[in-house]
Amino acid sequence: MTAIADQPTDYGLRPPAGAARPAPGPAADEGLARRLKALACTAPLHDLDNRKVNLAGEYGGYAMAEVGLAAIDLVTLHMDFDTGADRDIVLGRMLPRVAAQNPPRPAAEHERVARWVLESLINVGSVDRGFRAVYGTFGPDGEYVRRDYDFKLIEEVPGPDGGVYLRTTDEAVNVLVGALDTDVTSAQIAAEVKLEVLIRRGRLADAQLAAEQARYRTVQYAETLRRALDATRRNVRAVDWMQAVPDLIDEALDHIADRYRHENAILTNIRKVRDESEPHTPEGAEHKRRAAELVDIVKDCIRRHTQLQTRLLEAGPLFRAEQDRQAFASPGVRTGIDLYGQLLAPLLRLPVEQAVRPTDAFFARGTGLRTPTAVRVTDLVDLLLTPPVEREHLGAELPDPDLVATPDDSRFSEAQLEAALELLDLPSDAPRRLSGLLADARRQDPELPYLVALLAVHAASPPVGTAYRQGEERLLFAVDDGTPLRDVEFGGADLIVGNALLDAAGMAADRKDAG
Amino acid sequence: MTTHHDAPWAPEAEPAPAALTPADVADAARLVSFGLQAKLLPARDAEYAELVRRHREDPPFARLADAVATGMGLVVLEVSARAGMAVAAAEDSVFAVRMGDYSRRAASESTDRFLHGLAHLAVAAMAFPRPEDLADDGYLGRITVNGVDAFVRQACRRLEEQADAAGDNTDPQSDAPGLEAAWRVWARRTATGATKDARRLSGSTIGITGKAVLFLVDSGFLQKTADDAGGTYRTTARYQLQVRDLAASGAMAELLDLGVVPVSDGSATLLPADHSEELVADAGLPFHSL
Repeated sequence: MTAIADQPTDYGLRPPAGAARPAPGPAADEGLARRLKALACTAPLHDLDNRKVNLAGEYGGYAMAEVGLAAIDLVTLHMDFDTGADRDIVLGRMLPRVAAQNPPRPAAEHERVARWVLESLINVGSVDRGFRAVYGTFGPDGEYVRRDYDFKLIEEVPGPDGGVYLRTTDEAVNVLVGALDTDVTSAQIAAEVKLEVLIRRGRLADAQLAAEQARYRTVQYAETLRRALDATRRNVRAVDWMQAVPDLIDEALDHIADRYRHENAILTNIRKVRDESEPHTPEGAEHKRRAAELVDIVKDCIRRHTQLQTRLLEAGPLFRAEQDRQAFASPGVRTGIDLYGQLLAPLLRLPVEQAVRPTDAFFARGTGLRTPTAVRVTDLVDLLLTPPVEREHLGAELPDPDLVATPDDSRFSEAQLEAALELLDLPSDAPRRLSGLLADARRQDPELPYLVALLAVHAASPPVGTAYRQGEERLLFAVDDGTPLRDVEFGGADLIVGNALLDAAGMAADRKDAG
Repeated sequence: MTTHHDAPWAPEAEPAPAALTPADVADAARLVSFGLQAKLLPARDAEYAELVRRHREDPPFARLADAVATGMGLVVLEVSARAGMAVAAAEDSVFAVRMGDYSRRAASESTDRFLHGLAHLAVAAMAFPRPEDLADDGYLGRITVNGVDAFVRQACRRLEEQADAAGDNTDPQSDAPGLEAAWRVWARRTATGATKDARRLSGSTIGITGKAVLFLVDSGFLQKTADDAGGTYRTTARYQLQVRDLAASGAMAELLDLGVVPVSDGSATLLPADHSEELVADAGLPFHSL
């Protein structure tokens, strides 16, 4: 448990009771409280290094705060629109850093460290799985009040598949990026301008930092929208669809349109830097590496924009569908108690010591009944004398399955398929006629022409869209130009078979322009 | 049942009602015992259906059955073909569920006690989002475990936003944890959590909601329909009766006792009176309509 238990307060210097408040006004006091809270958010990270000495084993060689900050970073970058970050992926990505900090130690220990850091940031031991810090403020009458500040850095959320995923909280992003209080849009614009200038001047290290910050902002945008949509699904009226959300959507769409232009410009610029860098000098190589990393980051930005844009376009229809569904649910004839409006909502505002009374009353009357079990003495004796059943950890023994080898009834062998594919592995600038391919195949193996013909016919209508989506670089195609096929075995058209090169990046760009 | 001492159309003033025999008492007790098996429905058991019909058509028998139930510490909510003999435990009855038996932790920790109670209330609020739903006998509520948690969290978030907008400091005083706003207790508890054995983390809000839902299934109040979203359930007639006739009014009485008077216009209309009004009648409809 991490908590700043006691803020050092110098009681000797406190003014006597009833004197003027020491802070020059409530605003200053509030500002101090906000900074204390910001400071408290970093405490769990410092605490990691303080607590590592308590671990059984030699863990002095690890910089835990660094690993912790990296973990927050990774979770932020991996959390998607719908779910959070996968725990195993985050742990896997943490490992290289942990391993680099103390290479001679075994991999199992590295894994233990990564896990310990992640669990510490979730604060697995506490029931809330969060942190608490205590800070003090002056009340309206000048009296000093200690308050609890509860926060989480990484929280666990349910995924659609029933698993547990990780999300970073606003507080954690605060620790990581800083200045979350600033307007999202203005921060984004500032980051973009900075990025362009930096790239033009060739300051790639700074540019990378700026690009990463821009990406955090995008994640934040998506997070705001996700919450609004989630709430809409439950109740359209819970969300302000008159102004707030349409404004948010407009803003976000403008922002995406803007970002596409910027990012494509940036991408062109960086690619230029990357390709023009001299790879043989150490400095040039470093330059090239950074530029390549930047390209990756900007590409990821573009991917996130596409995702956000899809959601934005779905938002309107989702609202209308939910409105229809919720508004046209037929009203009944009689009325009952409004459980939410009259019970739940008023109750949540109460102090917990009062709120527990209505919930207790609801529990006592709303849980149903249980029939008590009646015990006979004779049964009890038997029950008490029965030795406890040993719990089987492994469960019942599984019968060995009887495996029967199924006869291999495929018409063509693996070797034949390989030979056929090799035949069809044509250079992209030299397509061939099917007749020629068939003749080649026949020379190798009398069975082969049939397979080649099948593959060629299959390629007559190639799944171009799928290939693009899967990022394939080449695709087999077959075209009929009207020439009849003259062959001893086959008839039909003498197809032109070739390999087309696909420009996956260009296609992605086209899709964006269209959108 | 046709051959009975008191035909329903018999005039009220008939002087000597036929004496009830021990066999009638046994039948009445049998009906109550069916009612205690909360998951059993008259549609599934011919004898049960027969007794329910007799309860409806034979007033002396009905009075006898009700008396047996009352004597055992039960409150009869309804006797009908759809719900069977819906009985609830009276306050001090042996059948009543106590918080300490329900969750050992809830007995000692007041915040956990509150969370468990709130989970039950939230399940009901999500199952019957509008007042009409609670009143309409034909309404089947549908809830998911994750949905209930998200629904409460959303309500908490709105309260937090309101407090922020009003400039209130909601952080509780360290020496008076009981004065912490109720919504904060739910909001700061983790929603879920990874455990060593891949089970639900029992102390998380989803774990607490899941426990409430499973308990309600055992009470014959919910039926599981799917595993989606932490488990999808639909309500039974009994649950509606229990919430409508007992639980909601009981909790409301406590709330009024605390000086909180929640006002409702009582109308079944879906139009909220005030745009800025906190989630009005149809708060938190189920996630997915099937």
